[in-house]
Amino acid sequence: MHVPDGFFNAAVSLSAGVVAAAGVTVCLRGARRELDDRTAPMAGLVAAFIFAVQMLNFPVAAGTSGHLLGGALAAILVGPYTAVLCVAVVLLVQAFFFADGGLTALGVNITLMGVVAVLVAWGVFRLITRSVRGRGAVVAASFVAALLSVPATALVFTLLFWIGGTAPIEIGTVAAAMGGVHLLIGVGEGLITAVTVSTVLAVRPDLVYGAREIVAPLVLRGTDGDVTVVPGAPGAPVPAATSRRRNWFLPAGVAATALLAGAVSFYASSSPDGLERVAEDKGFIGQAADHPLGEQPLADYGDVGGIPVGVAGLVGAGATLVAGGGLFLAVRRRGGDSGPADDRREEASV
Amino acid sequence: MSSPSSSPSSPPGTAPRRGSVPPSLEVSRLAYAYPDGTQALFGVDLRVERGERVALLGPNGAGKTTLVMHLNGILAAGHGTVSVAGLPVGKATLAEVRRRVGLVFQDPDDQLFMPTVRDDVAFGPVNAGVTGQELERRVRGALERVGMLETIDRPPHHLSFGQRRRVAVATVLAMEPEILVLDEPSSNLDPASRRELAEILRGLDVTVFMVTHDLPYALELCERSLILSGGVIAADGPTREILSDAGLLAAHRLELPYGFAPP
Amino acid sequence: MGAGHASRLFRPGDTLVHRLPPQCKLVAVAGFALVVVATPREWFWAFGLYAVLLAVVAALARVPAGFVLRRMVVEVPFVAFALAVPFIGSGERTTFMGLSLSVAGLWAAWNILAKATLGVAASVLLAATTEPRLMLLGAQRLRLPPLLVQIAMFMLRYLDVILDEMRRMRVARESRGFTARDVRHIPVIARSAGALFIRSYERGERVHLAMLSRGYTGTMPVIQDVSAASRQWLAAGMLPGAALAVLLGSWGFT
Repeated sequence: MHVPDGFFNAAVSLSAGVVAAAGVTVCLRGARRELDDRTAPMAGLVAAFIFAVQMLNFPVAAGTSGHLLGGALAAILVGPYTAVLCVAVVLLVQAFFFADGGLTALGVNITLMGVVAVLVAWGVFRLITRSVRGRGAVVAASFVAALLSVPATALVFTLLFWIGGTAPIEIGTVAAAMGGVHLLIGVGEGLITAVTVSTVLAVRPDLVYGAREIVAPLVLRGTDGDVTVVPGAPGAPVPAATSRRRNWFLPAGVAATALLAGAVSFYASSSPDGLERVAEDKGFIGQAADHPLGEQPLADYGDVGGIPVGVAGLVGAGATLVAGGGLFLAVRRRGGDSGPADDRREEASV
Repeated sequence: MSSPSSSPSSPPGTAPRRGSVPPSLEVSRLAYAYPDGTQALFGVDLRVERGERVALLGPNGAGKTTLVMHLNGILAAGHGTVSVAGLPVGKATLAEVRRRVGLVFQDPDDQLFMPTVRDDVAFGPVNAGVTGQELERRVRGALERVGMLETIDRPPHHLSFGQRRRVAVATVLAMEPEILVLDEPSSNLDPASRRELAEILRGLDVTVFMVTHDLPYALELCERSLILSGGVIAADGPTREILSDAGLLAAHRLELPYGFAPP
Repeated sequence: MGAGHASRLFRPGDTLVHRLPPQCKLVAVAGFALVVVATPREWFWAFGLYAVLLAVVAALARVPAGFVLRRMVVEVPFVAFALAVPFIGSGERTTFMGLSLSVAGLWAAWNILAKATLGVAASVLLAATTEPRLMLLGAQRLRLPPLLVQIAMFMLRYLDVILDEMRRMRVARESRGFTARDVRHIPVIARSAGALFIRSYERGERVHLAMLSRGYTGTMPVIQDVSAASRQWLAAGMLPGAALAVLLGSWGFT
């Protein structure tokens, strides 16, 4: 999905560039908080790993293969900030050292494969793992997070294309093509991500950033029988069982939203709502100005583009969930984590 | 069997001095466990005097590398103390300890992480604040001592394995350490490279602490050996005596190579 | 796309272009790309002149045409897309050789092809004449955040090592008769990816330990100084400058 020069117009390229630069700046600070002085070598090695796995072709259907994006995998293994940095560095190196990806399209590429993919993947991952604990949950969450990150990236690409793409293609066609293929690729990405995370969890659970809350503390036994508990060992003690009661709220809420937006919406009444009805009765409905985005396929809950209302509903609800959740998490993160960097540093003194 | 570390026959010119000079290395009751919970060291005691060349023997998985990483404070002991030339290893003394302990890792690729040989050899002194002429002198001096001066501007991954090993030693020599700690220095080297490295090590004027399971190499270079087994020091004495004790070797999974008999 | 880049683009040489300081070349190529992308697609002659400019640079740098063309193969997925656009594009249509093609689509295809191709060619020339390490130093001079440059430095240093490990794992898999053919084989590949991650991460940790052992306290020492004289900036600036001249000239002309 490396966009070359000339694909997007100047406005989109520039704005995406600004978004990418801002994202990378934020993540530089975040990664240093997560990794401290280990940032350069660790992120460098992980970036090399991402570059390597992006070369992994996996079969998706007879004869076709997709390849890994890696954003979700990176986020779950090393945390979102470092993940965005790694993907950004991979894209920069690919553009300047391997001539892959346009120099003027770097903003778009970093925004899509770095910021969007990691944000969606990490947001979904955290949503699930905050409600359900345990290794199984981490693996399942990895699958869903990676699965969703791919079509999400494709959707944002489609959005950018609709705003400033240089080719005159029906947006519906683009959306359908991109969405469909990338859903398939998403399945592959989800599978690979889940199994990879599960492999790492089995061998070195302390290396999985997303699972750092479920790793047990460290106990040392001396020859004379004395026992020392090492402070600041990787991970915190397993949380108490009382948190379970709240756990089902979030996934139940998401399921209910999906059901309502996706299925029940078909049965919504087509009669005008209160305001419209009054406007019709009193005769001022004609004064309504056209909405600036009224021509877009998703306008009027999908009517304009011929998109079924259920899909439009799911897209809208999903977008709101991701945007709101992401915002919440981004803001909330500040106070919460002292960071595994501090934990690990007790173990390996600097 | 644990005997007090008496100094056996040592090479001329490097007779270890006691009493006035603190030992290059002193470890006391060191205990440590890995992140997954397995305990590796159960109370290690050892002492290396200035100028000695000592080998640490032991089978794979005995915890030798783990022990070595405590020597410059990379791993913080769960229990016990380490001191280098009289300076105890702790958070406050790390910078000086790391200057004094020259640790050469087993895989030179882990140690040569800069774009050129010059950058790698200069990395240590630069971090210690050395600049300009003195820096250049140290870099060239270190490379000369290992015979790698002509590779100074080349990228490390263009060198052969043996060459990378030697450059890795140079990166540490440039810091002018008190004690050179080598982790499996002869592993994966062809016989010629092995010999060249032995000649280099013999010519150096530093204390040497060598972790190895290459018993002939230990005999060739180190007058004294320790056996690490079961997380403690199981034997400590002249290398020749230890290698001649078949029962001792067998008890700790150590074997002499086929056809080799200690002279 | 993301695949098949292990072969580096750098061609050692001692030409005028090779000797230019890296930051000058970076700015020059970026500027050139901007000018190309800003050019309206209708000005065919401008694109032709841009291509000539690049050919001149290639000649000065003694980079053979075949080398550049071969490395432009990375473009292939988007060439395919660009070629498809006239068929699936909307708007007024025309017929050519019996095929119904969208006019706007034809323009768009030309636009993408021309700009993407010129962009890739410029990038290839940049990478071919600039040592990776110098390119990083140049980026640092251009005020790219030092941490980002360091990460890139480690990535480049260990890329070969990791790709090698990946290749060795693939060889090991295939020696035991495994080839990935359908979705069921994904877990096997994924387990290799997991093992590769652990190895990469642990190596990263060991590198960090080696850095600590040599006194690293958090900031990388700056080892080499690459400063550029103004005439070197001028020399490098000739590429985007000439392109800009072409652009303005064409604008004045039309």
